[in-house]
Amino acid sequence: MRPFTYTRAEDAAAALAAGGRFIAGGTNLLDLMKLQVETPDALVDINHVGLDAIAPEGEGLLVGALVRNADLAADPRVRRDWPLLSRAILAGASAQIRNRATTGGNLLQRTRCPYFYDLDTPCNKRQPGSGCSAQGGFNRTLAILGASEACIATFPGDMPVALAALDAEIRIDGPNGARTLPAAGFHRLPGDTPERDTNLEPGELITSVALPAPTGGRQIYRKVRDRRSFAFALVSVAADVVMDGGTIRQARVALGGVAARPWMLPEAQALLDGQPPSAALFGRFADRLLAGAKGHGENDFKIPLARRTVIAVLTEATGGDAA
Amino acid sequence: MDITLTINGERRTLPLEDPRVTLLDALRQHLDLPGTKKGCDHGQCGACTVMLNGRRINACLTLAVMHQGDEITTIEGLGTPEALSPLQAAFIRHDGFQCGYCTPGQIVSATAMLAEFREGWPSNVSNDLSAPRLDDEEIRERMSGNLCRCSCYPNIVDAIRETAESVA
Repeated sequence: MRPFTYTRAEDAAAALAAGGRFIAGGTNLLDLMKLQVETPDALVDINHVGLDAIAPEGEGLLVGALVRNADLAADPRVRRDWPLLSRAILAGASAQIRNRATTGGNLLQRTRCPYFYDLDTPCNKRQPGSGCSAQGGFNRTLAILGASEACIATFPGDMPVALAALDAEIRIDGPNGARTLPAAGFHRLPGDTPERDTNLEPGELITSVALPAPTGGRQIYRKVRDRRSFAFALVSVAADVVMDGGTIRQARVALGGVAARPWMLPEAQALLDGQPPSAALFGRFADRLLAGAKGHGENDFKIPLARRTVIAVLTEATGGDAA
Repeated sequence: MDITLTINGERRTLPLEDPRVTLLDALRQHLDLPGTKKGCDHGQCGACTVMLNGRRINACLTLAVMHQGDEITTIEGLGTPEALSPLQAAFIRHDGFQCGYCTPGQIVSATAMLAEFREGWPSNVSNDLSAPRLDDEEIRERMSGNLCRCSCYPNIVDAIRETAESVA
């Protein structure tokens, strides 16, 4: 690790005033600091600022940014009304990491692209302008959607994919006041600035995540990966599907592991609304959701894998035989 | 700067000249508690598992300076050669190790895992999120943060299952 100064903030205002890199669970940031991928001059410890409660808000739930992943997954209200969120969190990392990692930190974890971790190779996300080693390199786990010439990294997390499908809202405080972002619009596609993972501005702090009223729909998180446990997604699908008799009233579907952000397309979802479920319909939806998908050699398999996983999840969510 | 924390029930003061010291290195190199092991030092192997205020965490992925006032439990706090903890005795009975390097982490992790299960926490393989049952698949999933390069997993699962049944 490079040297840094350490400050413990006792409340959010003090953290915002301190000026420095916020550290909460530290499960990703410290790992990257050991490798000198991250080299902050100043760490501001936000573990003691509060923001660690889960409380009702209207018919929804307000989750503090410092709520640990394990506590959120085990919360009886979340298990009952937003099981997609519990499932997505439990599908990620290990119990030790979930006990420490936080709601805000999970949103801010960095890519696991191997070149981002390797200081000896070019990486535009780590060192803007240096180049992308993944294109033509080891890219089996990397993006098939929304990538750019500059970067084909994926966002690695599970929880934010569920938050996008659940239409959650990210609440932020900062030097220019409080604001909100939809979970589906929190992360950025790389474009020509892959060093920016999210739409959080410098100095801003995630304070909470708001879950809207539960839809009462069938919620499924399916994660496809190389190992059964403690591995990142090759492809994941988060779905919340509300049925109305024999037709789909509303479906929200987000893909993980395929882009630099959870991948959702409202115009694709509109294909499903009011329609009776069928294999043909789900195929058309998957094709629309994956329109423009591009493999880079090693990761070509992700395109048909994502298509099949979407169809299987929608089949299960609409009461068909689980494929 | 000095920090004070409680380790295995004893208040300890830790002088820190540099905030870069991880909790793991503080335990092993500054506090003379080498039972907690350094494996990968990146949170992937679980050899460094300790309990922080009763919850299992990777001691390699947190800074000692962040733990002023916290309670830490290490393998040294779970049992002694004369008075083994139930899981320590079960690991010996079932031969749940070969080289033994991952064993402290396995035992601290399993101790906390059984407490999580008693609190009703679900896992990724729980069919019913509200009423999980601790079968072998559950034990393997809940222990997936602890690797054993000697691959003593079947015996580790046997030791944990027996302990879970005896204290249930």
